[in-house]
Amino acid sequence: MNTPFVYQDIEEILSRYEKEETPLLCILEDIQEKWGYLPRDVLGYVARRLGIPSSTVYGVATFYAFLEVRPVGKYVIRVCKSTPCHVRGATDVLEALKRELGIREGETTKDGKFTLEVTSCLGVCGVAPAMMVNDVTYGNLTEERIREILALYRE
Amino acid sequence: MGTSRRNVFGKSWRFIGSEGGRGMFYRAHVLVEMTSSSVALGAAQVKEQLEREIARAGLGNEVKVLETGSFGAALPSPFVVVYPDNVIYAPVSVRDVRRIVEEHLLKGRVVRELLFAGERGGGVATFIPPSPLKKEKRVVLRNSGLIDPLNIEEYIARDGYLALAKVLTEMTPEEVIEVVKRSGLQGRGGAGFPTGLKWEFTRKAEGEEKYIVCNADEGEPGTFKDRLILEGDPHSVLEAMAIAGYAVGANQGYIYVRAEYPQSIRHLEVAIAQAKERGLLGERILGISFSFDVKIRRGAGAYVCGEETALLESIEGKRGEPRVKPPYPPQKGLWGKPTVINNVETLANIPPIILNGPDWFRSIGTPTCPGTKVFTLTGNVNNLGLVEVPMGITLRELVFEIGGGIRGGHGLKLVQTGGPSGGTMTPDLLDVPMAFDTLPRYNSALGSGALTVIDDTHCIVDIVKNFAEFFLHESCGKCTPCRVGGKRIVDILERISAGAGSPEDLEKLRYLGQHMKATAFCGLGQAAPNPLLRCLEFFREEFEVHVREKCCPQGVCTMRPKPQPKKTVRV
Repeated sequence: MNTPFVYQDIEEILSRYEKEETPLLCILEDIQEKWGYLPRDVLGYVARRLGIPSSTVYGVATFYAFLEVRPVGKYVIRVCKSTPCHVRGATDVLEALKRELGIREGETTKDGKFTLEVTSCLGVCGVAPAMMVNDVTYGNLTEERIREILALYRE
Repeated sequence: MGTSRRNVFGKSWRFIGSEGGRGMFYRAHVLVEMTSSSVALGAAQVKEQLEREIARAGLGNEVKVLETGSFGAALPSPFVVVYPDNVIYAPVSVRDVRRIVEEHLLKGRVVRELLFAGERGGGVATFIPPSPLKKEKRVVLRNSGLIDPLNIEEYIARDGYLALAKVLTEMTPEEVIEVVKRSGLQGRGGAGFPTGLKWEFTRKAEGEEKYIVCNADEGEPGTFKDRLILEGDPHSVLEAMAIAGYAVGANQGYIYVRAEYPQSIRHLEVAIAQAKERGLLGERILGISFSFDVKIRRGAGAYVCGEETALLESIEGKRGEPRVKPPYPPQKGLWGKPTVINNVETLANIPPIILNGPDWFRSIGTPTCPGTKVFTLTGNVNNLGLVEVPMGITLRELVFEIGGGIRGGHGLKLVQTGGPSGGTMTPDLLDVPMAFDTLPRYNSALGSGALTVIDDTHCIVDIVKNFAEFFLHESCGKCTPCRVGGKRIVDILERISAGAGSPEDLEKLRYLGQHMKATAFCGLGQAAPNPLLRCLEFFREEFEVHVREKCCPQGVCTMRPKPQPKKTVRV
């Protein structure tokens, strides 16, 4: 998250998709994977390099829930609020996380470690209620299990 | 399927032996269920611990640990199977691993206390066949939980890529389309459109370049069948895409996988590389003049991209907003070229249909809706997970037999089929056969096969609010009925659950819902009010109590009005 933006790195990502017809979404995903979010000047740079309006690039960047145009914590926690999780106590899970982290949905902890977000179905309804921490999924959540999981990331 | 287990694993042992380069046979194979759901319950740690303990016991050269896919609702996650003994342990935790290794693998004694509970009484569990569930019929899940999805040779040993070979060497593209048409296969993504027709339209459409797109953007809440197919048997989808490519005249395929499924993406990457290495994908497949390549495109968290034209927009790197139809994708699809878009489960049906023939397929399910369907059981039911059964099964069989009934002995309130945009099944519909053509008669829909079971401790206003919030979050904002209508519906439901609702609010909800349904631009907005409208009708009394007596019979709604700001915009 603190890696400085080096335009050579962005060039490297752009070069991966040279042969693709419409690579914008792939490029944005790769940039986010490397730096955690998509700063405005990088979006502008990508727009210039691809020869498309920056409004188009910004439009795409803000359309998708997994793309962030604001800095986020090192770990993004996505709590599922869809019906299968909802009827198995997702509200309690969200409340417990808010309490443990001391933040509300959409916020990042002061130390920059955790961002708490609510998401639609994660597709692991067999172990509802569930959440994802970056790209690791956790299921059958209870307040105790949430404390254990957070401890893994707090170290 | 027809092949006996001994055959299958006899073959795969040879493969494993040769691949290791040591010409070695393993005495036993231990399969660990590695899916997103089981990993969420610690399967990765179980696998690591197994490898550690096996090495510690000095069995590293005799016992091999493999990953496998899900076995569905029949087995609790994570499970471990020991071959050739045919013993299932489920569910397994890290603490159990040492005993399994020391007792079973070292001393040859089955650890009875850890056996799959369903089989504990009757001695040692025998795995497959038959399935622990009598009603189950596995076509698309034929390999899931049985093979190592990361090893193409295990797929080949189960007749994998045989259908592709048959198609390329013995059939014309027209014959392939004819077989798929005659099978009566309908799209398993939810709409149920005949697959063969889709292929035929695309074949007949003019254009040099055509595309095959696999829709793996499984966003419908409660659905995870496609994930388990991709995680447990990725080659079956690749094989089917190549067959589709041959049938319609396309040389390029795209699989659009949602960002929430990193493990599916990893398995697909491995599978594509393996298939290319063996000449089963890429230039000149099997040495004939047909070339077909598959690329993965990752979604970025947008439910609407499951709509086929929005998905195409997203592959094209744009905002995932649906297009005007017609023209439909078989005429104008990806980059304006004729395109077939098929769901993962639909594609996984193709190789068995080619191998066993359309009549075999038609012998399963109902006459008007042949084949099987993968259902995902979620919510307040005892056995969670997925199950593949013939079309035409009743909801009662699914929920009370396979699902083991409602958790905690509560009553059934409703079952939402196919996610929030699907159908709402109230207890009076428990005996309706589940198929694409039967459910619309009851104002319901089969959809993706998600079954979210909701027990009677839940409040209907709260549940409907949850559906409405989902659509509010996922609306792409392109058209007004969906963008504004969705927001108004949530506002009114919040007001009702805060005890500030009025009887007129119910009429407003109905009015909004009906107008959204009639005027929204795409399927998302048109389907969004469905659960609301159905529940308003069926659970009228419960809504009435909320607005007239300002009380929530289930005690779920807070019924505490928020202080009103001076100026409020009301509908």
